[in-house]
Amino acid sequence: MSEAIKAINLTKAFGKFVAVDHINFEVKEGEIFGFLGPNGAGKSTTIKMLTTVLKPTEGTAIVNGYDIIKEPAKVRNSIGVVPQEFTADEDLTGWENMMLMAGLYGIKKDVAKERAKELLDMVELTQAMNRKVQTYSGGMRRRLEIAMSLISRPKILFLDEPTIGLDAQTRSAIWNYIMKLKKEYGMTIFVTTHYLEEADLYADRIAIIDHGKILAIGSPKELKESVGGDVITLNTSNDDETMKLLQNLDGIIDIRKVDNMLRIKVKDGEEMAPKILEKLIKSGVKVLKMSITEPTMDEVYMEYTGRKMRDEEADSKEVFALRRTLRRTRG
Amino acid sequence: MVTEIKKKEEYIDRSPLHGLWTLTNRELKKWYKSAVILLLSIIQPIFWIALFGKAMNLQALFSGTTLSIPGLNIPKNIIDKIGQEILKQTFGTTDYFSYLAAGMLSFITLFTSMQSGMSMVWDRRLGVLDRLLTTPVSRSNIIISKVLSSVIRSLVQATIVLIVAVLLGMSFYPGINIFDFLGAYAALFLMSFGLSSLFLMVAIRASSWQSQMAVMNLLNLPLLFTSNAFYPVNSMPSWLKPIAEINPLTYSNAIIRGMLLGIQTNLTIDFIYLTVFATFLSIVGIILSWKYISS
Ligand SMILES: Nc1ncnc2c1ncn2[C@@H]1O[C@H](COP(=O)(O)OP(=O)(O)OP(=O)(O)O)[C@@H](O)[C@H]1O
Ligand SMILES: [Mg+2]
Repeated sequence: MSEAIKAINLTKAFGKFVAVDHINFEVKEGEIFGFLGPNGAGKSTTIKMLTTVLKPTEGTAIVNGYDIIKEPAKVRNSIGVVPQEFTADEDLTGWENMMLMAGLYGIKKDVAKERAKELLDMVELTQAMNRKVQTYSGGMRRRLEIAMSLISRPKILFLDEPTIGLDAQTRSAIWNYIMKLKKEYGMTIFVTTHYLEEADLYADRIAIIDHGKILAIGSPKELKESVGGDVITLNTSNDDETMKLLQNLDGIIDIRKVDNMLRIKVKDGEEMAPKILEKLIKSGVKVLKMSITEPTMDEVYMEYTGRKMRDEEADSKEVFALRRTLRRTRG
Repeated sequence: MVTEIKKKEEYIDRSPLHGLWTLTNRELKKWYKSAVILLLSIIQPIFWIALFGKAMNLQALFSGTTLSIPGLNIPKNIIDKIGQEILKQTFGTTDYFSYLAAGMLSFITLFTSMQSGMSMVWDRRLGVLDRLLTTPVSRSNIIISKVLSSVIRSLVQATIVLIVAVLLGMSFYPGINIFDFLGAYAALFLMSFGLSSLFLMVAIRASSWQSQMAVMNLLNLPLLFTSNAFYPVNSMPSWLKPIAEINPLTYSNAIIRGMLLGIQTNLTIDFIYLTVFATFLSIVGIILSWKYISS
C-alpha cells in the first residue's frame, strides 16, 4: 500500500451549505501534500473530516489504511494533528502540555518524558518548557503545537495552516521542522496553507481547492506546466479597446482583466510581445506597462480559481485572525 | 521498524479507561493551583453558616433572654425547656448552627457541581476540545473526566466547609462513627454525580460561558431556598412542600443530618430517591453529551 490517504467523494454539508463538495484525491506515503486555497475554501473542514473530528455527510476517506467512518479509533491512533487554532492548555506549562498529550495517547511516563525532551529540543522550546503557555509568543505556541502532535510518533501529520500569522523567519523555521520530519522519519505530511510560495517551495504535490471543490492536483512543476505558455501583463490607456483588438490575434490563448491589469496568456511571450505592441500602437492605444513572465504559482492559482491571491490582503487577514485567537485565548 | 512495533505494546496503554485519569487530573491541577477560585467558591456557604447560623442562634433566642410574660409567673428553666422542645419538634435538634452547617454541605456540593460544564465551554471555545477529539481517548472518557473532576472538587469543597463548620462549633451526635461519615459522603457523591452530568450537558450545548452562568444563577438560590437547608419541610407553607419534596437537596440534607447529627429521617427512602435522581440525570447527561461531541 503506497497511499497514506485516499479521499473518496468526501463531502461535508452544513445545512444546505456544502463546505466540501465530493472531493477525491490520494496522498502518497512519505510525501508532503499541500492543500492550497483561499479563506473559506474548505481546507479546515477537510482536515477535520480526515482526522475524525467531523463526520462526512457523504463519501469517506481511508487514512493509514483505516476507514475514517468505520474505524475512527484506529485512524486517531496513527495520526498527529496541529489544528488551525491554538489548542495547548494555557494554564499549563509547555512541559505539562506535552505530558498531557502523552497521557491521551496512553504513552507510559518514562517513554513520554524521553520523547518530550527530544521534541521540545527539536522545536527549541527547552528553555521555555517550564513556563505557562500563556506567556508564549505566537511562534512559540505553534512550535509547541507541532511538538505536541508528534509525541505519539504518528505516521501521518496533519497541519492546518501552521505558518499563519507568523513572520517570514519563523515561517521558514517551521518549514524546516516539517522537512526534517519527512526526511528523518519518512512521515507523510498533509498541510494546508494559503501561502503560494510555501506550497511551491516545500510541497511535493499540491491540490488547489476553492468553494469546496478540488480544481487541480499535481506537483508544483506539473501545475505550472499545465498553465502552459507565458503570461503577458499589460497596462494600457484603454483596456476595453485593447481587449477587443487583441481578441482575435493569432497566438493568444486567453485574455482577461485581473485587478486593473490585462493578463494575456500566450504560447510564446517573446514572439507575441512585439506583435501586440505593434497592433496597439497602430490603433492609438498607449501602452503604459508591459511584462512577460513564465507561469508562477500565482499564475497557476489565477488560472484555476479565476482570482488573484493577494499576499498583503491575506497577511492582514491572518494577523487579524491570529489576534482574535490570542485575544480569545487570553480571555 | 520491527523493534519499534514490538516495543509499542509495552509502552502504550490501550485500556478503555486510558486517558481518563490524565484528563481528570488536568482539571484538578488547574483548580488546586488557583487557590483564589477555591476560596471564592467556599466563601458563600461559609458566610451562611458563620453569619446566618450564628446570628439565627435559635437556642439563644430562648435561653439568652430574660423572657417573662406579664401576669404569668413562669420560672426561667421552664421557658428554656419549652424553647428546647419547640426547637426539637421543628428541627429535630436544639443546635440550629449544626443543622444549618449540615445543610451547607449539600449546598456547596450543588454549587460546585453546577460549574462542571464551565471548563467544557472553555475547551470548546479555545479549540482544546478539537485537539482532544483527534486523540485516541474515547469520547466517553472525555465526558466522564469532566464529571469525575467536578465530583472530586465538590467533595473536597464540602470537606473544607465541614472542617470550617466544626471549627466554628458544629457538633456531631454522640455515637457518631465512620459509617455515618461514609453515608453522608455517599449522599453528596450521588447528588454531585447527577448534577455534574446534567450541567455538563447544558454547558456542551451552551455556546458561551455567560449563558452557562445565567442558568447557574437562575437555579442556584431557588434550589437552596426550596429545600430544607434553612428550615424543615414540615414548617413550610403548603405550596412549597411539594417543591421541597422533589428537590434532591432536601434528601441529601436529610441523610447528612441523619448521619452526622442523628436527626430522625427515613434513610432508605432518602437514599432510594437520591440514587434514582443521580442515575437518571447521569445517564441522560452523559449520553446526550457524548452524542453531541460524537456528531
Ligand atoms: N460548523 C460550521 N457550521 C456552518 N458552516 C461552517 C462550519 N464550519 C465551517 N463552515 C463553513 O464552511 C466553509 C469552509 O470552512 P473552512 O473552515 O473549512 O475553510 P478554510 O478553507 O479552512 O478557511 P480558512 O483559510 O479561513 O481557515 C466556510 O464558508 C465556513 O463558513
Ligand atoms: Mg481553515
